[in-house]
Amino acid sequence: MTIDPRTQGPATEAAQVPIEATTAPRANSRQVQSRRRQALSALARWEVLLIAILAAVIWQGMQVSPYFIQLDFWNSPNFGASVSGTMEVAIMALAMTPIIIMGDIDLSVESMIGLSGAILGVLWAAGIPIQVDIPIVLAVGIVGGLFNGMLVTRWGLPALVVTLGTLALYRGLANVVLGTRYVSNFPKEFTAFGFGYVPGTFVPWTLLAFLLLAIVFWVVIHRTWIGRQIFAVGKNKDAARYSGVRVATLKTAMFAVSGLVAAFAGIVLALRYNSVRSDNGTGLTLTVVMIVVLGGVDINGGKGTITGVILAVFTLAALQSALRLGGVSSEYQNVAIGLLLIFSVITPQIARQFRVLVDRVRQGRNRPAREPEPREVAR
Amino acid sequence: MALSAPAKANRASPVGSLVARAARSRELTLAGVLIVMATLVAIAAPNFLSPTNVVAVTALAAIIAIAAVGEAFVIITKNIDLSVESTIGLVAFAVALLLKQGTPIPIAWVIGVGLGLALGMSNGIIVTVFKVPSIVATLGTLSLFRGLTYLIANGHEVNANDLPAGYTQPASQTFFGLPLFVIVAVVVVVSAALVLRYAVIGRQFYAVGSNAEAAATIGIRSRATVFWAFAVSGMLAGVAGVLWGIQYGQLYASSASGQSLAVIAAVVVGGVSISGGSGTVIGAAIGALFLGLINNALNVLVLPQEWLQLIYGAVILFAVSADVLIQVRAQRAKARSRVR
Repeated sequence: MTIDPRTQGPATEAAQVPIEATTAPRANSRQVQSRRRQALSALARWEVLLIAILAAVIWQGMQVSPYFIQLDFWNSPNFGASVSGTMEVAIMALAMTPIIIMGDIDLSVESMIGLSGAILGVLWAAGIPIQVDIPIVLAVGIVGGLFNGMLVTRWGLPALVVTLGTLALYRGLANVVLGTRYVSNFPKEFTAFGFGYVPGTFVPWTLLAFLLLAIVFWVVIHRTWIGRQIFAVGKNKDAARYSGVRVATLKTAMFAVSGLVAAFAGIVLALRYNSVRSDNGTGLTLTVVMIVVLGGVDINGGKGTITGVILAVFTLAALQSALRLGGVSSEYQNVAIGLLLIFSVITPQIARQFRVLVDRVRQGRNRPAREPEPREVAR
Repeated sequence: MALSAPAKANRASPVGSLVARAARSRELTLAGVLIVMATLVAIAAPNFLSPTNVVAVTALAAIIAIAAVGEAFVIITKNIDLSVESTIGLVAFAVALLLKQGTPIPIAWVIGVGLGLALGMSNGIIVTVFKVPSIVATLGTLSLFRGLTYLIANGHEVNANDLPAGYTQPASQTFFGLPLFVIVAVVVVVSAALVLRYAVIGRQFYAVGSNAEAAATIGIRSRATVFWAFAVSGMLAGVAGVLWGIQYGQLYASSASGQSLAVIAAVVVGGVSISGGSGTVIGAAIGALFLGLINNALNVLVLPQEWLQLIYGAVILFAVSADVLIQVRAQRAKARSRVR
């Protein structure tokens, strides 16, 4: 809804009254409405709502326990603990965001965590130094992501099925590679990365890694041509292709990035637990997708911001921490997370339907029926 | 389905089109592969065909097949239901709790199936009334229903001792040589197939899935259709949940975790297109039997169970790629015949 520049200021508006005396009052009231609506829609941005939810969760958390946001990690490292426990899913959510913006999905990330952990474990157990293992594991992540991307783009298979297949395939590979064993005793200086803090602060290393990655993703998605192409593909794939976007290459690259990031998350998880088993990371895809959707990214593609995803990460971390301090066990947290996911999608839909309803009522009052405006039918 | 009509019309080379048609009928190909595999396994391990093993293979496959039929309804309408495993788990646990408290068996079963129906309907409401994409909605209810199971379980499990004596008997019973579960599954599959093929509402599922707007223009209420697809999926997951309880007798709050993958894999392997509008429930059921056979073959041949997920993944990818390759080839053949 764009405003006609002529009717923007009060002066021009006054000047128009004598000319279009019959339509002016209506235009005036509509103009006030649209201005009010603009202000409202700036306030009703998803990120603002998320900040409100986050504030509410933190406030509630402080009611539950005084330790909730105690930043002094010597006494109560709750902040660090709750945040670092979320960082694997958080960094995967960053890489999932461009994929979902392009209208695809990658369900296989949780299995890539298992596979990368398994390979790391096997290589480490075989006596290969960890400085060599980590690049190999990251390369495996890229290959796994490329495989997803190739199947989706070269063969035109739906990403949902492809990554459902590789969800089973990569988990199966992890099972085959590692079997029922588990490997632990990774070197101390590396496990410190998993659950340690940046010296002298309460900031966990994993949080630092997440924030750095978040900045990279934010810049790439919101400030470069790559990001613009990603949104273009998500809004209209064919139009993007006709205007010169190499859709297949872009998608394949994003799946490769997702694989790489998932492998990195697998390493982080392995180091944080100081142990790998082939079922590492089972069920995390749900949380990753939930964070992205809660962050306001449209699951049908074309819309979303990294800022929203970052806010969603902290909302989830705060919620989980509050629930834990409130004595709610992790199984029951499922209820809260599932409800949060559903409501995070339902609420804007209800708001939209309400707005359509209000519009319809107003339209009926203000406008004669013989001039119906073609209105997009919500599907 | 719509794709094969013009292909049938041009009969350039009879042998080629026959092969193409057989290859395109996923049910036939899959059944063929199934028989060949079963024969090979039976030769390698004769006890594969022993009555106990046959009942064991088919019992779990029948449960998955029933859930897969419901999932097929949803996928045909171009949606997806990821929450089936949680519905199965919740229904199985709720029925077991009712039985533990002394509810008569038939009433507990009816309540269980009704609960499944209600869960499916709530999925349907979230998807159609609130217009939440089905993948997000059912991802949410996947964890929500599981969480509810943990709530009613309250840290306990239900043992076979808590259930009425002989409750798990039907799982191993046979009638005229057919396991009871298979009979139930066949009844479900056949009635669902008849509805989808001949009933008006059945054709509407396909119409909505292949082109929702075109369906709307000819007067199909697509939202209501999608709602009923989810309701059917929930109800059949409820049936599967009741059978799950009979099969295992011992129920945890985490029962049936991870089965959504098996159910969706069965549907996809059975030739139901994930982009909606084509496929049959018979294919989905054969897909479930096929996956069950692979699972059991690993057991009987004493191969490491770790390979199972790997094979499932490979089978899913192979099945969808085969679809695309056949489609591309058919289109090329059509284009060539048009040029000629």
